[in-house]
Amino acid sequence: MPVDIDIAKVAHLARIDLSAEELAQYGAQLSVILEYAERVSSLPTEGVEPTSHPLPATNAFRPDVVTPSLTNEEALAMAPEAEDGYFRVPRILGEP
Amino acid sequence: MAEWEAVIGIETHVELQTKSKMFCGCAVAFGEAPNTNTCPVCLALPGAIPVPNEEAIEGIVKIGTALDSTINKDSLFYRKNYFYPDLPKNYQISQYTFPVCEFGKLDIMVDGEPFTVGITRVHMEEDTGKSRHVGEGGRIHDASHSLLDFNRSGVPLVEVVTEPDIRTAEQARAYGAELQRIVRTLGVSDARLEEGSMRFDANVSVRRGPDAEFGTRTETKNVNSLRSLQRAITFEIDRQIRVLEEGGEIIQETRHWNEGKGVTISMRIKEESEDYRYFQEPDMLPLEIDEEWQQRVKANQPELPAQKRARYVGLGTDTHTAELLADDPALGGLFDEAVGAGADAKQAGIWLTQEVVAYLRREEKTLSATALSAEHVAELATMVAAGDLSSTASKDVLNGVLAGEGTPREIAESRDLIQISDSGFLDTEVDAVIADNAGAFEKLVAGDMKMIGFFVGQVMKRTGGKADPRLVSEMVRTKVQG
Repeated sequence: MPVDIDIAKVAHLARIDLSAEELAQYGAQLSVILEYAERVSSLPTEGVEPTSHPLPATNAFRPDVVTPSLTNEEALAMAPEAEDGYFRVPRILGEP
Repeated sequence: MAEWEAVIGIETHVELQTKSKMFCGCAVAFGEAPNTNTCPVCLALPGAIPVPNEEAIEGIVKIGTALDSTINKDSLFYRKNYFYPDLPKNYQISQYTFPVCEFGKLDIMVDGEPFTVGITRVHMEEDTGKSRHVGEGGRIHDASHSLLDFNRSGVPLVEVVTEPDIRTAEQARAYGAELQRIVRTLGVSDARLEEGSMRFDANVSVRRGPDAEFGTRTETKNVNSLRSLQRAITFEIDRQIRVLEEGGEIIQETRHWNEGKGVTISMRIKEESEDYRYFQEPDMLPLEIDEEWQQRVKANQPELPAQKRARYVGLGTDTHTAELLADDPALGGLFDEAVGAGADAKQAGIWLTQEVVAYLRREEKTLSATALSAEHVAELATMVAAGDLSSTASKDVLNGVLAGEGTPREIAESRDLIQISDSGFLDTEVDAVIADNAGAFEKLVAGDMKMIGFFVGQVMKRTGGKADPRLVSEMVRTKVQG
């Protein structure tokens, strides 16, 4: 069954700038994936225990121990722009 | 029409004071050089895998337990997706369905009245980095660019969400203060509002009376003191009522508290419906907080502030003194020890919260930097109870002890402050004064009770001010009757 998808909104949420042609192309591809998910959803699952993870394990923790961090230079090595030890970004227009 | 009523819910973020971050081993530290506590995990470099800090999970279970919550045995992490420069992964690891804690409550007192705030949920997440806006006085809208420090990125963050149960700004403030006391008592966070390790967001709406539907709400952020929380909510309630009474409409929006101007300001951003596209964090296993873990946390829970205050009142302090003692761990600890060493609780509470606090303020010292011990307090209390020391003199002696001049008895003796409470000796003195002032005594016998003061004064004079005036007064009264 066909699934309605607002591909322009999805692209905006992911901050991907798509042309009209690309919107149509990706919209069609994404619809196929969603249709597959719909098919899975329609399966009878009554009596099946919900699974939140494929592995039958829980609580993979680390102890509260400090390990070495990157140096400031290493941290900023791949930053497109840096200033005074900070990552520098264009002006931010609003809070999320 | 019914009176306006406000409906308030508070979201509180509490940074946990673990040694390392939530999902990596970088140090949790405040005020260090920018971007010196980061690694591939908290900078979101490709391939990095988050692994939760067990101590942080222990911390949220402690908070949830103290807030009478249900601790979910099975709990999941989710990705909350949004774009903002201080969020390097473009999602925050948080919780959605199955948070660690749900259905809690917090009992508070507001103007002497008990009030219960329902706790919807307490969930675990990670903090974001910090941004600094450059140019035009650091205001976000006028900045030329922004600078990012990711030292805070990934610091364990617990969010406590209340039900919309709160009705006044005073209740909101009392709730915030009590929550702060609790997390400090649990030792999981320093909860310093001014440094941002505890932060409030206030959801406020107004409606016509308790039976009306909820109005449209606004969310006020950037509230960094308890006083600001109260002021911001008061302002927002008044603003919404004014807008509605003028026929306007409340817009569901995020507002920013401007401390200097004392107003909330719209963030003026295009409001899109929230679409965080939560989905389960695939890089992490589910959490399982079993019965044994839950019971262990419950069994090791320290005495909570409300329990402590109730215990102090039970020992004999007044409510206000109990609050002051419970709010100051050092003072409360010394109080407990002093009472344990035999000091009268009421007397010890008053000395500690009045004389001692005044001394510490005056001298700009902490309690541990003074010579005062629990034994000193107990000895002083015993001396006053035995009549060896007047209440006034006890304050001088206490200041001497604080300054390190010796034990209460040593100081009282060296300053010649020991009272005479030997009743045989005082009886002779009283008789002598009566014999010398027969006329005055006749007036007293005739019913002029003012004369008691005269006789006490005369005895004090004869004893160089060292007689116990209370005892002398009693003796004079007995003589009148006899």
